[in-house]
Amino acid sequence: MHLNDFLIMRHELLLTVIAVIVLIVDLNLKRDRKTAVIPVALALFFVNVVAGFLPAPTGVLFGGMYKTTALTILMKNVLNIGLFIVMLQSVTWLRRPVIREKVSEFFLLLLATLIGMNFMISSGHFLMLYLGLELATIPIAALAAYIHGVGRSAEAGIKLILSSALSSGILLFGLSMIYGTTGSMYFTGVAAAFTKAPLQVLGFIFFFAGMAFKISLVPFHLWTADVYEGAPVNVTSYLSVVSKGATVFILIIVLYTVFTAIVPIWRDIVYFIAVLTMSIGNLFALRQKNLKRFLAFSSIAQAGFILLGVVAGSKMGMTSVIYFVLVYIFSNLGAFGVVSAISSVTGRETIPDYDGLYRTNPKLSLLMMLSLFSLAGIPPVAGFFGKFFLFTSAASAGYYWLVFIAVINATISLYYYLMVVKAMFINKNDNPIEKIKSDLPTRIALILCTAGIVIIGFYSAIYEAIQRLSIGVF
Amino acid sequence: MDFLSLFVLVPLLTIVGILLTKEGQMVRRVSAVGMGVQLTLAAVLVIRYLLERHGGNTEQWLFTADHLWFKSLNIHYAVGVDGISVAMVALTAMVIFAGIFASWEVDSLPKEFFTSLILLSSGVFGFFISLDMFTMFLFYELAVIPMYLLIGIWGSGPKEYSAMKLTIMLMGGSALLLVGLLGLYFNSTAGGGPPTFNFTEIARIHLPVQVQRFFFPFTFIGFGVLGALFPLHTWSPDGHSSAPTAVSMLHAGVLMKLGGYGCFRIAIFLMPEAAQQMAWIFIILTTISIVYGAFGALMQKDLKYINAYSSVSHCGIVLFALLMFNQTAMTGAIIQMVSHGLMTALFFALIGMIYSRTHTRIIDEMGGLMKVIPFLSAAYVIAGLASLGLPGFSGFVAEMTVFVGAFRHTDTFHRIVTIIATTSIVITAVYILRVVGILLLGPIKNEHYQHLGEAHWYERLSTVTLIFGITAIGLAPLWLSRMIGFSLGPVIEKLTALPVAGLF
Repeated sequence: MHLNDFLIMRHELLLTVIAVIVLIVDLNLKRDRKTAVIPVALALFFVNVVAGFLPAPTGVLFGGMYKTTALTILMKNVLNIGLFIVMLQSVTWLRRPVIREKVSEFFLLLLATLIGMNFMISSGHFLMLYLGLELATIPIAALAAYIHGVGRSAEAGIKLILSSALSSGILLFGLSMIYGTTGSMYFTGVAAAFTKAPLQVLGFIFFFAGMAFKISLVPFHLWTADVYEGAPVNVTSYLSVVSKGATVFILIIVLYTVFTAIVPIWRDIVYFIAVLTMSIGNLFALRQKNLKRFLAFSSIAQAGFILLGVVAGSKMGMTSVIYFVLVYIFSNLGAFGVVSAISSVTGRETIPDYDGLYRTNPKLSLLMMLSLFSLAGIPPVAGFFGKFFLFTSAASAGYYWLVFIAVINATISLYYYLMVVKAMFINKNDNPIEKIKSDLPTRIALILCTAGIVIIGFYSAIYEAIQRLSIGVF
Repeated sequence: MDFLSLFVLVPLLTIVGILLTKEGQMVRRVSAVGMGVQLTLAAVLVIRYLLERHGGNTEQWLFTADHLWFKSLNIHYAVGVDGISVAMVALTAMVIFAGIFASWEVDSLPKEFFTSLILLSSGVFGFFISLDMFTMFLFYELAVIPMYLLIGIWGSGPKEYSAMKLTIMLMGGSALLLVGLLGLYFNSTAGGGPPTFNFTEIARIHLPVQVQRFFFPFTFIGFGVLGALFPLHTWSPDGHSSAPTAVSMLHAGVLMKLGGYGCFRIAIFLMPEAAQQMAWIFIILTTISIVYGAFGALMQKDLKYINAYSSVSHCGIVLFALLMFNQTAMTGAIIQMVSHGLMTALFFALIGMIYSRTHTRIIDEMGGLMKVIPFLSAAYVIAGLASLGLPGFSGFVAEMTVFVGAFRHTDTFHRIVTIIATTSIVITAVYILRVVGILLLGPIKNEHYQHLGEAHWYERLSTVTLIFGITAIGLAPLWLSRMIGFSLGPVIEKLTALPVAGLF
């Protein structure tokens, strides 16, 4: 391989190098000094985030199995930012007793999943996609079961691994049909040989179902709530934001570049699933008391909104999806960051626990409110722009009724987001959560989220930059 | 920096100022100064606008500015005003200025209170000066959301229920609206250009009639929810009665006018054919609003509920008049918006002041207040008389113009609804005089009310500002109607080109 080839794969290679360094550093630390790996990992990963933005060549490797374009670089950078914030938010939790003994495993597993996601996004071959997807999923199951001795955490891990094994099976089954009928696993080969033959369409449906499992679209969402609740907060936030974002990215790439022959068919499917996902996610979120479950269902609903951009099939659609995922990373991580900051100190994570939070922790409450407003799509925060552009792209394809259903759902979602705001600002409480002193990494993470939520919307250059790189079917 | 953007910038700077202060007293002063500057700016705007027109400037939109924002979507930050928006901006400035002084005694979390209140007002100002429907929509939602916290935290009675109901209903309205706006955006390509959110550009394009017919209901109902269109008005009585004084003032006084303004500016202006064809449905609904609101007010015992229902009735008149599609009635509609805005704000301010003294809002428990608090009582009578349309006050000018305009239509349908709607004047007189009689006149019912304190300076300032506006319009209505009339021209031109469609 030439230097150029290394540069083309720099996202994955850098992550691998970081993982190795973390491992080496960990080997040289005494058992009670394991937390010293935290600053090393954070610093290295920060370098990686910055390096991701440096200009570098694009190109194809391994005979077309792996390809890097400006678009994939953009997507990987978005995911990098997400993981960086998650890592910052985890620090307080990682320093807790018991957990502090296996800090480096946490980072290794996280990095491994990100490598998987990057390969997945860069894939030009379904087998590469599958490998990336598995690498992105299996370590997360280990992460979900990270707190040993806690039943719910183990349950979350088992549920995640079983359901993802099932969905991988379904996905592979679909791929085998596609391979059998088209004679190729390369994206270009499949796209060229794809007709509307029933077996091919069936193969596509299985493939889509497998992906829908990973994004937890209704009716493939049943694992989500239990896993989200049982897993540690930071793993939940990673799962609901970065992992979901990565799968959405590859799904939209595949839909827009490979399955162009059956656009009307996948549009109908996506339309139908979008309506189901938004509505059911919302209805379940209405009833939750545990904040992690609450955010789990709200993130299901958000995935339904994302499909509004997917269904458009246009350049505008892809732009709005990537833009929304970027906004969603900051908003959801803002909300999870607050939950994590509070739960890692006090262990309290239900909505009634947050009664009267504003009186004791005004800053955390304000950030939580901004994040929730952003998730609900309320101006002037970035979520408003994200949702607005998703709706615009769906409307551009003439799906006005879908937009109508979506905005009604957005209104319903506002109700439950406001319930949390109500708890923090309006409800009285004799026993509120005490004043929380966050440490530096948590504070940096929360400041990053706040800045992202406020700036991304108004700073239109970000949208334009994404727009230049996006592609569409039409 | 263009002149109009100052109207958004000054509130935002005021908020920054509030956040920098430490104690309650300073917060109030900063807010008062900020909104004082805003009122001065509004006065300057009115004078500059009149001078421009006097100087023979016939451009429809003055003081325009346009900045490209999202290039690939052709979204601009575009501002500009005509006579109607100037009137609305002036109204908002007066109400928020009076509102700051009416909430001088807020002592729980004053910083947060004034921040939310002023943030809300910046949304309203932004809405009225926007020419681009994207920013318009953004400002619209920006004005709705602080309301939740304002009612939920500082409200009274079933405040959490009312706050949630109000927010969800208004956001539901904006959901409909969003569909309408997107429809207008994508169909604006009918003129050959790229899609645009700028409604002055869309107004030049003739949208296909079937497109109009699909999107008109979304837009009209979407704005109509905020304008208390029957049967979507139910947030209004609950919301207004639970809200703290300044919020009721701002909400009934200004925010409900966003609905009327939007119906006029977007729904009717951009989709005149659909408006003509569907007007009858909405005329019937608004007629119900007018009469039902008035009867509702008649039955209530709580002062705020009375006034909230009366607002439903009066805002019904606004929408009713807009749907009459002629110069006279529409002029009346705009005057009614301004007049009702000032009047209802005055009402709510006074109710708040009376409540802070008597600690009740049930009219039967009070009596003879004229003897103990003559200033506030006299102001209440003035507001009442303006509300029932006594000549000399703004209400008379507005309602007179509206009903004269409505009576221009000679077909049976319009005649009948006009006559029904006109009956509300009588009912209004009944409920206003009933309240005045029980509340202010007669013997003092409660021993404790013997020694109620008279209005403080800030309360007087708040009251006088609003009374000044009401009487100014009442005594010199031509001044306002001329300012409006010129700007109504383009809308009327579009509408009169079409045949009038009646039900019968």
